[in-house]
Amino acid sequence: MEKPLNNKAWFLVLPVFVLVAFSALLPLMTVVNYAFQDTFGNNQFFWAGTDWFEKLLHSDRFGEALIRQVLFSGLILAIEVPLGIAVALCMPRKGLWVPVCLVLMALPLLIPWNVVGTIWQIFGRVDIGLLGHVLYSLGIDYNYTQDPLSAWITVVVMDVWHWTSLVALLCYAGLQSIPDAFYQAARIDGASRWSVFRHIQLPKMDRVLLIAVLLRFMDSFMIYTEPFVVTGGGPGNSTTFLSIDLVKLAIGQFDLGPAAAMSLIYFLIILLMSWVFYTVMTKQDEQDQNRKTGGGE
Amino acid sequence: MARIDLVDLAHSYMSNPASRADYALKEMTLSWEDGGAYALLGPSGCGKTTLLNIMSGLLVPSQGRVLFDGRDMTQIITEDRNIAQVFQFPVIYDTMTVRQNLEFPLRNRGVPEAEIKTRVAEIAESLHMTAELDHKARGLTADAKQKISLGRGLVRQDTAAILFDEPLTVIDPHLKWVLRRQLKDLHRRYDFTMVYVTHDQTEALTFADKVVVMYDGEVVQVGTPEELFERPAHTFVGYFIGSPGMNVLPCRVEGSTAHVGGQALDLGRGYAPPAAGAKVELGVRPEFLGLAADGQGCPVTIQAMEDVGRYKIARVTLEGHPMAVVAPESARFDGDRARLSIDPGRINLYVNDHLVEGSL
Repeated sequence: MEKPLNNKAWFLVLPVFVLVAFSALLPLMTVVNYAFQDTFGNNQFFWAGTDWFEKLLHSDRFGEALIRQVLFSGLILAIEVPLGIAVALCMPRKGLWVPVCLVLMALPLLIPWNVVGTIWQIFGRVDIGLLGHVLYSLGIDYNYTQDPLSAWITVVVMDVWHWTSLVALLCYAGLQSIPDAFYQAARIDGASRWSVFRHIQLPKMDRVLLIAVLLRFMDSFMIYTEPFVVTGGGPGNSTTFLSIDLVKLAIGQFDLGPAAAMSLIYFLIILLMSWVFYTVMTKQDEQDQNRKTGGGE
Repeated sequence: MARIDLVDLAHSYMSNPASRADYALKEMTLSWEDGGAYALLGPSGCGKTTLLNIMSGLLVPSQGRVLFDGRDMTQIITEDRNIAQVFQFPVIYDTMTVRQNLEFPLRNRGVPEAEIKTRVAEIAESLHMTAELDHKARGLTADAKQKISLGRGLVRQDTAAILFDEPLTVIDPHLKWVLRRQLKDLHRRYDFTMVYVTHDQTEALTFADKVVVMYDGEVVQVGTPEELFERPAHTFVGYFIGSPGMNVLPCRVEGSTAHVGGQALDLGRGYAPPAAGAKVELGVRPEFLGLAADGQGCPVTIQAMEDVGRYKIARVTLEGHPMAVVAPESARFDGDRARLSIDPGRINLYVNDHLVEGSL
């Protein structure tokens, strides 16, 4: 079907374009400006070309932060997506417990990020924190301020605690949209529990899973506040993710040029990865679209 | 294929049903003959789907038994019942191809590979879907999807019965006829017991050997389309089947005469006096009434004439009671006065909505 063309619509969205240009595009262009120049303050700029980019891409510091970041996002997706699906499958489909579950699940999502960080910072402390002290008393060597592994576990578990609900709620919405007839037909066909999950529930969740994966990837890749509050990027540099590193570079060292270059690369990585996720996960749909011959649903 | 008996069956969705009104399905005893084509007809919410789900084992009835060829299956779970069901909205496994969809029930039951191959090929052939076997099922049209759901039932050799729950709801009207035709052919070929739920009387009447009419949780009549038309056992059947439905008029009966207001109508048969306080009504189909400008018959007032093409429907009032009369296409009336003639043999008498038999 041809979509009707109406050029008047452009005038109506023009104000938004202007607004976005001022609020997003101009600051971004400033960053681009910094990325290709060198400055010592007092408004003197020297052309630096792609120097900053080359230096950054060859620096160990950036490479290590990037590896940490990829590892962190990978872990987050590997834990939160299956866990979220499992939680959604365990939630009641109807009845009195549905609203109770929904509210309980939504609670972590409503807590401000720095508060989440503070909660876990205190929770994990060996001297006064419930978790930290209990583990310490049990003789487990847990100390997130000194041991990198403890710090990583704390940061990952905190994110799982904070964001698994989002994945679970999205999946739950997907599951709720499956008509009863599908489950009844599966029973008639003698399908096992696994078959029901594999052939009915998972396919019906693929759209919401795409959204869940994208959101969790982007968010975890940009994570700053919570690990900053809990570990400050330490011990050493062990939990210094890209955003923490970027802030250190830009505000701590005031290296505006390299920081701008890093911002751009950081931004492009997120854009690229999101595009890859999206393309891979919607590839199936496109194939179906191309083959589809008749009306269908 | 099997004969299915429902014995003293009743179902309530409440845990402690107190009164009759609490039952979604009132007590009934009903048989579905082996290889029969049945339509289960009734308005929405009359308990059709409940009855279907009890037969397929998705619901365990509050009371009564379900017998397959005499074997008590009441407590047997769906998987072991050898029932197939086609639902209102096409249920297909999106990620699978058509072939995998058809194979699915067989694979779940551990049928040998060679047999799966031959069965699927045979069923695809009779569904005219051999060409689409390797297509992804999700891209198909609604009618093709519905055929696959049916195919998943047919593919199992041991299927006792196939239940259809308003399967043509989402199909385009012009395809409905095609699909119904194919379904009839398949029924003839495989000779399965078929129970077809619908609220569309045309679908029920053209399709089934026997029609089971349900109303408010009760089976009010089981009969051939002809019986339903000529001798509705319940005023609801008369009203529900036929277009327009049967005329039902409150009356008073004395022997073989019915009094509607001031008019006396000959019933042709004698009736025992009904119990005091009972609701007595006579029912007569619009097709069995004659309308003339003058002559014999009860005086009626014409309210409107509707031309439906091949014939006309006259909306008249007899002693203030509205009635519909089928009149020939050529019928013309000057003014609103006319005479109504009624064939006595065609009048049915209802006491408290149920048909009563008279004696000659």
